[in-house]
Amino acid sequence: MAVITYIQALRDGIREEMHRDERVFIMGEDVGLYGGAFKVTKGLLEEFGEERVRDTPISEAAIAGAAVGSALTGMRPVAEIMFSDFMTIAMDQIVNQAAKIRYMFGGKAKVPMVLRAPQGSGTGAAAQHSQTLVALFTHIPGLKVVMPSTPYDVKGLIKAAIRDDNPVIFMEHKLLYHTKGEVPEEEYIVPLGKADVKREGEDITIIAGSIMVPRALEAAEKLERKGIEVEVIDPRSLVPFDTETIIESVIKTGRVIIAEDDCKNAGWGAEVAAKIVESEAFDYLDAPIKRLAGLDTPIPYNPNLERAVVPQVEDIVKAVEEMLG
Amino acid sequence: MNLTKEKRLEMYSQMLKIRRFEEKVDEFFKANLMWGTCHLCIGEEATAVGAIATLNKDDYITSTHRGHGHCIAKGASLDKMMAELLGKETGYCRGRGGSMHIADVESGNLGANGVVGGGIPIAVGAALSSKMKKDGKVTLCFFGDGASNNGTFHESINLAAVWKLPVVFVVENNLYGMSVPFRKACSAENIADRAKGYSIPGYIVDGNDVEAVFETVNKAVQDARNGKGPSLVECKTYRWKGHSKSDNNVYRTREEIKAWMEKCPIKRYKEKLIAEGIATEEELKQIEDDVEKEIAKAEEFAKNSPEPKVEDVMDGIYA
Ligand SMILES: Cc1ncc(C[n+]2csc(CCOP(=O)(O)OP(=O)(O)O)c2C)c(N)n1
Repeated sequence: MAVITYIQALRDGIREEMHRDERVFIMGEDVGLYGGAFKVTKGLLEEFGEERVRDTPISEAAIAGAAVGSALTGMRPVAEIMFSDFMTIAMDQIVNQAAKIRYMFGGKAKVPMVLRAPQGSGTGAAAQHSQTLVALFTHIPGLKVVMPSTPYDVKGLIKAAIRDDNPVIFMEHKLLYHTKGEVPEEEYIVPLGKADVKREGEDITIIAGSIMVPRALEAAEKLERKGIEVEVIDPRSLVPFDTETIIESVIKTGRVIIAEDDCKNAGWGAEVAAKIVESEAFDYLDAPIKRLAGLDTPIPYNPNLERAVVPQVEDIVKAVEEMLG
Repeated sequence: MNLTKEKRLEMYSQMLKIRRFEEKVDEFFKANLMWGTCHLCIGEEATAVGAIATLNKDDYITSTHRGHGHCIAKGASLDKMMAELLGKETGYCRGRGGSMHIADVESGNLGANGVVGGGIPIAVGAALSSKMKKDGKVTLCFFGDGASNNGTFHESINLAAVWKLPVVFVVENNLYGMSVPFRKACSAENIADRAKGYSIPGYIVDGNDVEAVFETVNKAVQDARNGKGPSLVECKTYRWKGHSKSDNNVYRTREEIKAWMEKCPIKRYKEKLIAEGIATEEELKQIEDDVEKEIAKAEEFAKNSPEPKVEDVMDGIYA
């Protein structure tokens, strides 16, 4: 297996789907010659031409809306929003249009589109370029929400997202882009709605998404040296959500920490906690569920402050130790 | 144009200040002293300075991600700006905002903006407030050619036109929105042509000629102040540096950049001031020395300022 970056894996996934299905095309700001602000689409203009790799004006509502309209009429757009923060500019098209069209039209239409964007803090880009907004989209029926954490997952999931007949919000984390991992040469798909046990352990379950996955794994390694066996589960998609894998794990370990880099108030972790307590796993809990999430503040610019508002490896280690007493 | 010598020298000094400030920021970046990203306005100094020179001290501006020039032209303290860029507690935003969010509401600077087109409706709101309070103020709204393709531009100009608000829209057309050339992103020949669609005056001006910018924006500002409503002024200019620190300029040629550097607004103005006998070499040299000192002082101030305290990170979310 080749070891490649998250960006490379993501690009390979998109490229393979563009070769497989000529209805698949890319549009977004600076996605062509420039290759996207984070270089995800670099080289695709040269490979597929301007018709299928389309630079747009700075018009987020029109980008999302043109994706909706073209998807509704038989194309399969993969649209890039340069930073997930700017999806808010396209909110009507995403929330009122893309998400609802199929249902409103009596199930007789479909909107097979992918809206990709980088999320998250850690780059000094401050409050308007650093948010994690997955919870907003998770709340909207009709949208699927994916947030891959590894090169393997991002490739398999982008392919599944492109083949899905529904609007998929695909959130990449800026700090994951240059991480590396093994990716098979042969084709594979990672289905939406299937959680992945990233590490097995008996003592405690950490449910982590996106950038919190590598942080949880690093914490787990540190804790292993202290004799603590941590299980790390990555839901990979928030909609659809694989409750089963999580319940199984909680029944095994009896202890749960949910780690997200989003603001805590009404974050996706709250929903996961509710799912656990509403399930048969509730009886197996040996301690209250702990949520590790960002502070309820915009992301500050200063690097020390920026780091302080989102859970880091040491916060996870500490939380596990506290829970295990 | 009857600009006083004093006004002219002040405009020269401000353009120079912006240039040196930006060069210092570039240096900070290269030395890894700065975090995040930033967008330099080197080459575009005449637009910010010429436009803001038409305002009264208490008028408003809204700015953009490429906003250091507007901020300096509005009279900001270089100390506090530099401190903000270094994320210090003494900065304009106490280290919370950084380059893309420098603001000083008290002095009429309603903020840079990380969202392209995000400041345009805010300018309309400030002008609405002036109209309702009858305070006689005007708002100058800066944005780029790229921003003029966002819905906020169209909605805002229409609203300002319908309500005859005292706002002047100043678009800095530097020919690219990041890597995308203006002609590939905008269907109109000129952005100013779009003014017709909203029945307001549209002007085109050489954005590298500080007095030309002054003259045109001045007319628009007077009209706004006199209750005649908004105008759109398109300043044709060029950014010399990459879009942001991570840009290697693949989308334009070296020749193009060079041709525009020859139209340097500062060099041009200096030559004009001397040729027309408005100032002597010595007077301009004095200004240059003063600017140098101010920059050095700001650097010193910023570097010696304290970091914000981590325990204060939740300060200032709600009023
Ligand atoms: C709504 C929004 N979309 C995209 C971006 C990313 N971005 C930042 S600056 C920029 C280009 C802006 O072009 P223009 O308005 O012409 O200003 P310039 O950078 O040329 O000064 C882009 C696409 C953003 N900050 N906000």
